[in-house]
Amino acid sequence: MAKKLYGALAQFENPAELYHACEHVRDAGYMKWDAHTPFPVHGLENAMGLKRSKVPWVSLAMALLCGTIPAFLGQAWVSSIGSQQVISAKPMIPWQAFIPVTFEVSVLMGAVGALLGMLMINGLPRLHHSLFRSEMFERVTDDKFFISIEAQDPKFDAESISEYLSGLGASAVELIED
Amino acid sequence: MSTKVYTEDNQLADPVAERAPLVLGGLDFHDVTEMVVRPVEGKTQPMWVLAFLAALGLLGVYGLSVAWLVWEGTGVWGLNNPVAWGWAIVNFVFWVGIGHAGTLISAILFLFRQKWRTGINRAAEAMTLFAVACALSFPTIHVGRIWLLPWVFPIPNQMWAWPNFRSPLLWDVFAVSIYGTVSLLFWYTGLIPDLGTMRDRAKGKIARFAYGLFALGWRGSHRHWVNYEAAYLILAGLSTPLVLSVHTIVSFDFATSQLPGWHTTIFPPYFVAGAIFSGFAMVLTLMIPCRVIFQMKELITVRHIENMAKIILLTGSMVGYAYAMEFFIAWYSGNDYEVFAFVNRAFGQYAWAYWIMISCNVITPQLFWIKKFRTTPIIVFVLSIFVNIGMWFERFVITVTSLAADFLPSSWAYYSPTIFDLGCLIGSFGLFFTLFTLFVRFLPMVAIAEVKTVMPEADPHWHGYHDAHDEAAA
Repeated sequence: MAKKLYGALAQFENPAELYHACEHVRDAGYMKWDAHTPFPVHGLENAMGLKRSKVPWVSLAMALLCGTIPAFLGQAWVSSIGSQQVISAKPMIPWQAFIPVTFEVSVLMGAVGALLGMLMINGLPRLHHSLFRSEMFERVTDDKFFISIEAQDPKFDAESISEYLSGLGASAVELIED
Repeated sequence: MSTKVYTEDNQLADPVAERAPLVLGGLDFHDVTEMVVRPVEGKTQPMWVLAFLAALGLLGVYGLSVAWLVWEGTGVWGLNNPVAWGWAIVNFVFWVGIGHAGTLISAILFLFRQKWRTGINRAAEAMTLFAVACALSFPTIHVGRIWLLPWVFPIPNQMWAWPNFRSPLLWDVFAVSIYGTVSLLFWYTGLIPDLGTMRDRAKGKIARFAYGLFALGWRGSHRHWVNYEAAYLILAGLSTPLVLSVHTIVSFDFATSQLPGWHTTIFPPYFVAGAIFSGFAMVLTLMIPCRVIFQMKELITVRHIENMAKIILLTGSMVGYAYAMEFFIAWYSGNDYEVFAFVNRAFGQYAWAYWIMISCNVITPQLFWIKKFRTTPIIVFVLSIFVNIGMWFERFVITVTSLAADFLPSSWAYYSPTIFDLGCLIGSFGLFFTLFTLFVRFLPMVAIAEVKTVMPEADPHWHGYHDAHDEAAA
């Protein structure tokens, strides 16, 4: 029985070749595809037609909902209901004194939100991915640049995809099993 | 394609006419990877074993000192009445200050688009984490009854006792522990792609599994990079006010008290400048030997060292200005106690400590006006050690001189440390260096992915590619 196909993987030698290939793949109308690079190639999101990241919204929501609001209310509760200590005749809820801790907790939750939000949106962590079956893909974290097109893509055609990717300047093309 | 190769010798060419790239020696992407992973993948160097054992020995000293302290109580230290804050707080402020450089390099220099930060940010961030760990250990052991430490956090308990959120000491608990946590998150976020590199290169099963586990399945997807870079920018943006707030809040521990010499509004900016000053000195103390031992002169270049020396010059001058301004305000205030506190600092029983501080912190950085000094690693290394010493003495002078001689002469007392104070200080260096030596052996000490982004070849529109393209077309 033939194994199911994950997709095709094409290797490029430098960011410039990858960039131009990405423009072609984008314009050809592929939907389920990706570029893989050892470092963020700046401007590639335009060549791929990607939208802005949503991570900032996750971070902001975490900072406000899990940071600012509970930190301030928590301090107010501790100082006014939890333990009613009158210190130097200061008010029960001296909001000025609560600013440092409120700020610090907001920053903490914003940072946690940024990291977890990034992982969540990216679908990480994961233990395995079909692309890791490819031996040449080991260089993706070193000095090689890749485009992967998934078999799920409506335009994907297992017969012609290798030829198509080679035509874009790929130095090697591989079909990856799922 | 540009063929000129810059090396250690010709990198300081006239910056107006031309500028050497940040990565020297004409390295390509693969060479950078190889260079950074060498200390991790290569055989253990005898030099490393020696450093690790020495650090471990000092850590043992720390363990013994702390064990005796916990068993016997804080009386084993030289604390007396009125000097109830001795070396423990001095060491705490010293280490927190050092811990400022890492996040400053990774966050503030990132927002300012200072590309040279990529060569040093990983190691500086690691140093920050270890310095903050050392710093946190001091208030922990200073409470005396360590088993009651959870009381500093607002945890519901059967006595219905809650911490006082109006106290700067409690703000400090939050500031420093959150600073440590956010620095860890920032450092780890930066590490994820490099852990992927380590995973893909690992030969052994255990190494592959361990690096793979922490790499979280990173596959360099550009759809991921877009979110990753957004997260990194946010972390930098959040860390920038955070790093400035931490030493501000540490200075509140002093500034909100009534004590002459502490009760001043200059403390927050003065502490922050001092923290950056000492932090960069420690980065230089660590990186100058590391770049030689691990043969990374092409990645951590003389230009990096020179830039850090310039930051030391700037912040050192700010610190010197603050010292002068403290004296001016003491005189200008017309407050007898305030005037006495400062005259006593410079000419009283602790004058020796004061003049060590002045010579190390005010005179040393001014030597960096000379370009020859800034660009000679060995001189920068020696001067950075002077700065480290000077900044420790600054905290000693602030803490002890003000406490030892406050308002009432009848309550004055001379403070001197015991052998256990000394054990805790040098022991904390053991903790710091143990963690740092383990870091350089098991994790890439330069941010591999980030260094590649500042190489000219990383730009898809780099002229070298277009030249090659045009040649092919013609």
